[in-house]
Amino acid sequence: MPDVIEVEELRRTYAGGFEAVRGISFSVARGELFALLGTNGAGKTSTVELLEGLAPPSAGSVRVLGHDPYTERAAVRPRTGVMLQEGGFPSELTVAETVRMWAGCTSGARPVGEALELVGLARRADVRVKQLSGGEKRRLDLALALLARPEVLFLDEPTTGLDAEGRHTTWELVRELRDAGTTVLLTTHYLEEAEALAERLAILHEGRIAAAGRVDEVVAAQPSHLSFDLPEGYHLGDLPPLGPLGVTSHETEGRTVRLKTTALQHAATELLLWARDGRVELRGLDIRAASLEEAFLHIAREQESTR
Amino acid sequence: MSTTTAAAGTPASRMKALARAELTLLGRNKAAMFTALVLPAMLTFSMSSAVGGMDLEESGLTVGTVLLPGSLGYVLLFAVYSALVGVFVVRREELVLKRLRTGELRDREILAGAALPAVALAFVQCVLLAAGCTVVLDMAAPRAVWLAVAGLLLGAALMCVLAAATAAFTRSAEGAQISVMPMLLLSMVGSGMVVPLDVMPDMMASVCELLPLSPAIALIRGGWTGALDTGELLGHLGTAVAWTLLGVFAVRKWFRWEPRR
Repeated sequence: MPDVIEVEELRRTYAGGFEAVRGISFSVARGELFALLGTNGAGKTSTVELLEGLAPPSAGSVRVLGHDPYTERAAVRPRTGVMLQEGGFPSELTVAETVRMWAGCTSGARPVGEALELVGLARRADVRVKQLSGGEKRRLDLALALLARPEVLFLDEPTTGLDAEGRHTTWELVRELRDAGTTVLLTTHYLEEAEALAERLAILHEGRIAAAGRVDEVVAAQPSHLSFDLPEGYHLGDLPPLGPLGVTSHETEGRTVRLKTTALQHAATELLLWARDGRVELRGLDIRAASLEEAFLHIAREQESTR
Repeated sequence: MSTTTAAAGTPASRMKALARAELTLLGRNKAAMFTALVLPAMLTFSMSSAVGGMDLEESGLTVGTVLLPGSLGYVLLFAVYSALVGVFVVRREELVLKRLRTGELRDREILAGAALPAVALAFVQCVLLAAGCTVVLDMAAPRAVWLAVAGLLLGAALMCVLAAATAAFTRSAEGAQISVMPMLLLSMVGSGMVVPLDVMPDMMASVCELLPLSPAIALIRGGWTGALDTGELLGHLGTAVAWTLLGVFAVRKWFRWEPRR
């Protein structure tokens, strides 16, 4: 079965000449939850808008459900749900009126009450949109995105502005949708959100994909860290040879030694055996597996330094 | 009423849903309601004594056939044009237009659906004002109703298109109060709403004939007087169509669906 979302060499240049998306490629399979992770200005929203069919790409191609979402919108729109980064609702309509309007514009929409129930806004049905909190507006936006039980869901920073509880409620809802077979493309600048929800992700940085793959693959591509204090009288050269430990880089600061390795278990075992055999006490021992956060920060820093 | 229709939506059903929401919003906007519903009647009334003092003998016009086309012109300008510039700008700044574009509505359905309540209200007002003027000013029935209806339809369509074009060059709701001025003033002064083109010097009249709202006013007036020959009619139709096409071109080229950042 072909992928639900196919993006090839996608570029987007704005009228002013700024190139927000600089040749990215990825694909999302049916029923998969894919996250685009990146800092503000990385090009997430610019990319998602092309997938939603709001604008044509400057170069490259986008296929959603096998169609161009911009030129073949009639074939795509009834099957997609979209949650923009900022909800666009008339402030003087009530919640129920907003959903009713959207339902009237959407093929196969759920009943208004059911849609509001889904996101926990049923009790706020008669409240004007302008009186909603930021989190409630996000949930209203989600209700509209889910109105027609879409096959593909685009969520642009769905939990920005939500408190911890609202965020977890949204995560639960997104997981349920994914489990029910909905293909989800989500952007976020929250690492834990990508880690909690995504099967695969791409880290965007300055309009390019800096890393992509399953969460564990992206993490595994990053080195793990070992750090400890060497006692007085010991030097780096007294340690077992670093090369065979899989250490890719090391640095010392005073008595503190920091090692990066791609083989954490092996390196840690050898180091601890060496310490036991030599009766060396390694104070401040810290053994840290690679994490998505580190991968993310590493990518941001690395690109910073190559400028 | 259930909204669980599994059938695919049609352009008409989508525009109806949007128009219904816009009508609700219009009802909640007191300033817009005043401009659209009260101002045209007020201006008509305030104009009546000035028109009563005009020397109309040579032109073959009556107080009624001067006043009523102007009155319907006010409806087109305030209830359709001004009101819609505000609607388009505010919905864009609220990101409503962008949100709507992610759904099944097509661009033209969004603009048309949002314009529908204003146009419908304007038509109702025009009927009421025509009836009111007929009774109060003891006017004869229109000699060619279809001309007046055609003028009104062409005028309303043009006002919608020009409102979208004006919104393209307006950044905020406050800005909309200024950006509508050129069109309002130009039409009131030059399109025969206050001073009929028939009583203007020929040179001036032939220039004023080419203004956007002039054909609509001329057709409406012609509907009542019956004094519009085929040549004049075709000329007015040509002008109205030209302005509409120009407006559509401007909207396609410059209309913005989201705020500038």
